[in-house]
Amino acid sequence: MPTFEYAPAPESRAVVDIASSHGLFIGGEFVEATGGKPFKTVNPATEEVLSEVSEATADDVDAAVRAARTAYTRVWSRMSGADRGKYLYRIARIIQERARELAVLETLDNGKPIKESRDVDVPLVAAHFFYHAGWADKLEYASLGSNPRGIGVVGQVIPWNFPLLMLAWKVAPALATGNTVVLKPAETTPLTALAFAEICRQADLPPGVVNIVTGAGATGQAIVDHPGVDKLAFTGSTGVGKMIARSIAGTRKRATLELGGKGANIVFDDAAMDQAIEGIVTGIFFNQGHVCCAGSRLLVQENVVDEVLRRLKRRLGTLRVGDPMDKNTDVGAINSKAQLDRITELAGVGEAEGAERWDSGCDLPTSGYWFRPTVFSGVSQSSRIAQEEIFGPVVSVLTFRTPGEAVAKANNTPYGLSAGIWTEKGSRILWMADQLRAGVVWANTFNKFDPTSPFGGYKESGYGREGGRHGLEAYVSTGQETT
Amino acid sequence: MTGPRQRPYTRRVSTATDVDVTARARDLLGVSRLTNSALTGWLHGLPGVDQVGCEARAAGLSTRSIKTSSKAWAIDLAISMIDLTTLEGADTPGKVRGLATRALVPDPTAPDTPSPAAVCVYGDMVGIAKETLGDSGVKVAAVATAFPSGRASRAVKLADTRDAVAAGADEIDMVIDRGAFLAGDYLSVFREIAETKEACGDARLKVIMETGELVTYDNVRRASWLSMLAGGDFVKTSTGKISPAATLPVTLTMLEAVRDWHDLTGEQVGVKPAGGIRTSKDAIRYLVTVHEIAGEAWLDNHWFRFGASSLLNDLVLQRQRMATGAYSGADYVADDAPSAY
Amino acid sequence: MSTRVDVRKTYKLYIGGKFPRSESGRSYEVTAAPTGRRSTPRFLANAAQGSRKDARDAVVAARKAQPGWAGATAYNRGQVLYRVAEVMEGRRAQLVQDVRDAEGLTAARAEGVVSAAIDRWVWYAGWSDKYPQVLGGLNPVAGPYFDISAPEPTGVVAVLAPQASSLLGLVSVVAPVVVSGNTCVVVASQDRPLPAIDLAECLATSDVPGGVVNVVTGRTAEIAPWLASHRDVNAIDLTGAADADGVDWADLEIAAADNLKRVLRPGGTGAEAVEPDFAPVPDLSRLSAFLETKTVWHPKGR
Repeated sequence: MPTFEYAPAPESRAVVDIASSHGLFIGGEFVEATGGKPFKTVNPATEEVLSEVSEATADDVDAAVRAARTAYTRVWSRMSGADRGKYLYRIARIIQERARELAVLETLDNGKPIKESRDVDVPLVAAHFFYHAGWADKLEYASLGSNPRGIGVVGQVIPWNFPLLMLAWKVAPALATGNTVVLKPAETTPLTALAFAEICRQADLPPGVVNIVTGAGATGQAIVDHPGVDKLAFTGSTGVGKMIARSIAGTRKRATLELGGKGANIVFDDAAMDQAIEGIVTGIFFNQGHVCCAGSRLLVQENVVDEVLRRLKRRLGTLRVGDPMDKNTDVGAINSKAQLDRITELAGVGEAEGAERWDSGCDLPTSGYWFRPTVFSGVSQSSRIAQEEIFGPVVSVLTFRTPGEAVAKANNTPYGLSAGIWTEKGSRILWMADQLRAGVVWANTFNKFDPTSPFGGYKESGYGREGGRHGLEAYVSTGQETT
Repeated sequence: MTGPRQRPYTRRVSTATDVDVTARARDLLGVSRLTNSALTGWLHGLPGVDQVGCEARAAGLSTRSIKTSSKAWAIDLAISMIDLTTLEGADTPGKVRGLATRALVPDPTAPDTPSPAAVCVYGDMVGIAKETLGDSGVKVAAVATAFPSGRASRAVKLADTRDAVAAGADEIDMVIDRGAFLAGDYLSVFREIAETKEACGDARLKVIMETGELVTYDNVRRASWLSMLAGGDFVKTSTGKISPAATLPVTLTMLEAVRDWHDLTGEQVGVKPAGGIRTSKDAIRYLVTVHEIAGEAWLDNHWFRFGASSLLNDLVLQRQRMATGAYSGADYVADDAPSAY
Repeated sequence: MSTRVDVRKTYKLYIGGKFPRSESGRSYEVTAAPTGRRSTPRFLANAAQGSRKDARDAVVAARKAQPGWAGATAYNRGQVLYRVAEVMEGRRAQLVQDVRDAEGLTAARAEGVVSAAIDRWVWYAGWSDKYPQVLGGLNPVAGPYFDISAPEPTGVVAVLAPQASSLLGLVSVVAPVVVSGNTCVVVASQDRPLPAIDLAECLATSDVPGGVVNVVTGRTAEIAPWLASHRDVNAIDLTGAADADGVDWADLEIAAADNLKRVLRPGGTGAEAVEPDFAPVPDLSRLSAFLETKTVWHPKGR
């Protein structure tokens, strides 16, 4: 009897045409970098080199900041909000038109499953531009203070886990509020940002409003340190976030920081169990666990922990790990060798600390960077795998006895980005939500995002919010203009 | 070719036929007497079902695509799982004979096409269907217990059942008393199912929840567990007379129930979504869901059925398309019951 | 004729609802602001010279008080803070005298400052049950979810009180911090600390729980770095870095980055720190600087 097999259902690569090398996007043109060592970006699922990308030097960053400043003073800050909004609407529409191409490009460069880039990332990117387009001419209604207006030139540094979505989270509110932008995508995932540069050209966005410089840490530091930058927006590790906070100390540069997390996903014995299992899976295996708000600490009420683990393992057995371009794939490739090494190392630590390690034993492709969905049970609060962000498909399972203990354990971390609650009891949800020190609390759901919904952390998970009315705050000056 | 059609019914796992369901229910619930309050406590102690999460999971499963070779197999499997149904006031012997004939020869142009599992008719048509189907292996299923509303006395419902069985029905599709269920009278529903099961004798009993009237997934889950506890061989979504009929999330909830029941008791119970499943694409979505939620053991027409009338036509169309490589059309599908949909 | 010898007050710290001396045993001389032609500064009091350990104890007290204060109903916090204004009104004479001495004002101007300070306190007290509606709300997400964002207090806030505006400025920086449920450790104006202790006495005799506001007097440059680097402090208001001897606010901001404290920078432009004018009615920025936005999602289903 033939077994019920899913077809390899690869999305076609034909929709993308990746140039063999890329310059920098400054002042509306693709230009050569003035030095710097070009670097290669690879498909993490195959280790195939996709393209060569320029490394922007401090001089290139300077040119980009100047271009952004010129665009700000001469064009963008003088333009009516309504017209700024129309550019954003154009961008939103072009993203929708080129959605398939962007999804394929993202999956090739990042390693995430095509079903996620197609059904989550790219639709949200378009939604972010659409949402913020409408704000451009309505800022005075946003309760931000009197005379809301752009700040000037915004430097933005984004990570590799949601390359285009993080770009949208940064660029859309910045442009809607009248700022101009110098953005650096992550060095391992620059391609969709460069495609976005083309989209800006198709939209006839005035030159210099969006500038995209590629590079690694040094390029990012050049943006942070540039005196012509008025505001920084960063998503990435807490370590780098702290460096940025130090770099801008004593200046008038503003910053929003979206940093790491070690989110607690709390399952009570009365949870809607089948959906809770799905929520656990979504919480930590979505995007290979490369999610700052991942539910990487699973807190299960002790009286149901065996049941939850049994069901979770059964479910993980049906997860399909492999070719990200396959529409049936649930878990794709780890983004880079370096990240794979870190995950491998921390998983080793978990084992050494005595936690019980389990994975589904599924087959993995022979080339590329892969890690099986892994569950550590019997983890204690003091374990490194319960404290440190692994940023991979690894969940640490801890137990609790009472709601108060769940809260105490959930909050017992320097991070405070996300938390999940699974219970059918309404009053307990609201009580828990009040107690949890986290910027986003998902109750009976997990890893949901929306442009209208503010996102951001407490404590060392950073400051500032992205999305919604709240997200505009970081990008406006209010009150009387000072010269 | 060894297709699903040839596979005989096998009892891989014991079903509730030979057990005293009341005694077993007392045992499972840990009570000395089976009361409504004991049943209520047990059913209400089942985990809730979050509507949004459940529907999101079903939608996620809908995006799976399967291999071409698996698809050919899946189409034949789906055909073999159909309870080819006509349930109309206007049913005539001619129509029922036509339907039964169709079941025997689903596609005259492709004799290797498997037969549907059963023909499903009203009780008074059982004899007519049986005449045509004989010992072909295609079963006759009869709806009973004052289908579709279930609004009749217990005695009438049981007589309805016995009558159909006496006429040769291999399977009985009963409806639960939704009124009693919604009023919280679980014991009455339990007894009615148990008594109907007894009246079935050797016939297998499918228990229709009419999920469109139960509305919530919590109710679907509770009604499924109640049916299994009372000895139903299948849990079935709908009569086809109420909208919405079968949906993927409702079926998913039932599949979770039979999976968990199997974990608890070791017994396997079948699932039958009925109504509204019209296309091969739909059918394959259901099979994917069966595969991922309940597991491979349910990918067999002994354990999974589609209550459908027009689905067969589309499956045959797709089968032809796979055989010829060209898209086919309705004119190439012999249809003995064009009014049925 | 004989004049009565008055009974003078000992000015101590205010930590956890109590008035301890500095654990260091140190005090420092506080003199009146120079007025007229008087050449030698007029002695006012020996204020406690708080140490890093006093600051540490104050943080412990603030942390301990924070959940209870944040957990009180907004209505309750509003009433408790309004009560402070009532007590201030009752102690008006002392406040006026201390502000006169501290800031070198005429009696009439000191009266005006005290009135403004009391009114400022009332203004903020009234916000307790309003700012969450103004700053939070329902998010219309594209899906079957109830999604709401509401502000919450950041936690424990270190406040460098303004150096010049010893009462109105102090109230203007403390009230917006505590009204939302934060607790704070206030480093009082170094040279004008006495109104801060008067305010502490008002707090102690109203219904504000001990530990919600803690006041440390002493050298700003000595105490502030410990608070800026303290990992159990969630935010720091650097307003009082302006004109504080030996204080570079950039250093404090660098130290604050260690646990990513929320930093409210001092007024001014560039590296310069300028004490703002506290006379105008403020906006919500000082209140919202010490809030976190929490967003809660829940599916909507049957």
